[in-house]
Amino acid sequence: MSINKHRNILDYTLQSLLRRKFKNTGIILVFTFVIFIVSSIILLSYSLKKEAGLMLKYSPEIIVQRMLAGRHELVSTWIMTTILEIPGVSKVEPRYWGYYYDSGIKANYTIIGIGDSGIENNRLIKGRMPSAREKNVAAIGKGIADARIDIGDSLNLQNSEGKWMGFKIVGIFESDSEILTADLIVISEGDFKMLVKMPEDTATDLAVYVANETEIPTVARKIKERFPDSRPILRDEIIRTYDAVFGWRSGLILTLFAGALAAFIILAWDKATGLSAEEKQEIGILKAIGWETSDILEMKFWEGLVISLTSFMCGVILAYLHIFLLGASLFAPALKGWSVIYPDFKLVPLIDFYQIAILIAITVLPYIASTIIPSWKASITDPDTVMRG
Amino acid sequence: MTVLYIHSLIVISEHHTSRKEIKEIAEKLQLTDLVLSTDARYTRHPSQADLFSAFQDFPGSIEHFPTGSIIPPPDFSYLRTKIKTDVN
Repeated sequence: MSINKHRNILDYTLQSLLRRKFKNTGIILVFTFVIFIVSSIILLSYSLKKEAGLMLKYSPEIIVQRMLAGRHELVSTWIMTTILEIPGVSKVEPRYWGYYYDSGIKANYTIIGIGDSGIENNRLIKGRMPSAREKNVAAIGKGIADARIDIGDSLNLQNSEGKWMGFKIVGIFESDSEILTADLIVISEGDFKMLVKMPEDTATDLAVYVANETEIPTVARKIKERFPDSRPILRDEIIRTYDAVFGWRSGLILTLFAGALAAFIILAWDKATGLSAEEKQEIGILKAIGWETSDILEMKFWEGLVISLTSFMCGVILAYLHIFLLGASLFAPALKGWSVIYPDFKLVPLIDFYQIAILIAITVLPYIASTIIPSWKASITDPDTVMRG
Repeated sequence: MTVLYIHSLIVISEHHTSRKEIKEIAEKLQLTDLVLSTDARYTRHPSQADLFSAFQDFPGSIEHFPTGSIIPPPDFSYLRTKIKTDVN
């Protein structure tokens, strides 16, 4: 009996919503748009943040840079033995990397010189990596391959003396690793030194490996004490940098949309709280034919729930499609900036349900409340007065 | 929504299988940053950049690159606190 009553009220609510379909469709469209924007930002920033955390946890525990006059300078490889003597340090390796500006396509590449990479049979590399002693071969990121060349082709780079060096492409990083490798050119250590004319016994920076994670800050402090001109960068700092970047980015986009959000809140408030004469009359008639105040409140509750939940679900579904299937096409220009080489965002749908729950709490619940309160005011008034307006 | 949830589970499980390869690339190439934007050194490698690199010409100069403006400013909460140093 009781379930039937609720079903009948819900049925009446849906009929009543259909009677005012233009007004309700308008609210649903605007509501859906706002939810779409906010949840797109939430999904994008959370997914990127998680992805960064998962990928960067494999980077070296400490990177040691040398600073000269406040700028990053080449580091002497002689200090590696001293760092290796610090208790807790398991391995120290020089890193050879830098940037190359390709004036042909006006793009910046990241060039890495490697020793023996040890990467074999990796499904994410089409072809292979250059080996330590191999000359004039390179593996490149998909961004560069899309912009310029393919396996077997030759990539010409100008060295610091202005002479051209040709590199045969032997490998291309596949798209699944693109967010880490899109702009990389990996060549052998010897080729890198020749290309940039790097002085002997120097490296771009040093990668320091520490076996016990709890010892990382102590090791970094000791490095700084022994080499005051060094700047140790901890892996935690790297991950925190990305947390801050994505937090800031999502905050910035949310700020840009704050105007639209405010406009929606005003619209929703106006539509939901201001009962029209017709609606007031409807409440009066329902009361006159025997509806209880609780029945009217239940009807208004269903009305608010149907509108806000429909909009919420449409907004979240569209946001999911936008971020994870269409590669965040609306936000990508802001992320890319002036970059010529950039990855196609194929994000993994890592979703923070806590944030989605908060979004429900700040959108669906206030909307329901704002529809119930004025109806409650109308329904406790005498039906005759309400019907007369 | 259920369809999307199932889709997300499938993509995540596929991603887990390529995670080992991605780990190998990040580890062996000693990578420290994501390729989010390649327009400037400090937007390509935010974690490796000079501490003041967003303002390379002089402090307070207008930012050159659009992506630079979506990199957060440093934490200034330490300002106006007294710093004690022991000089030997």
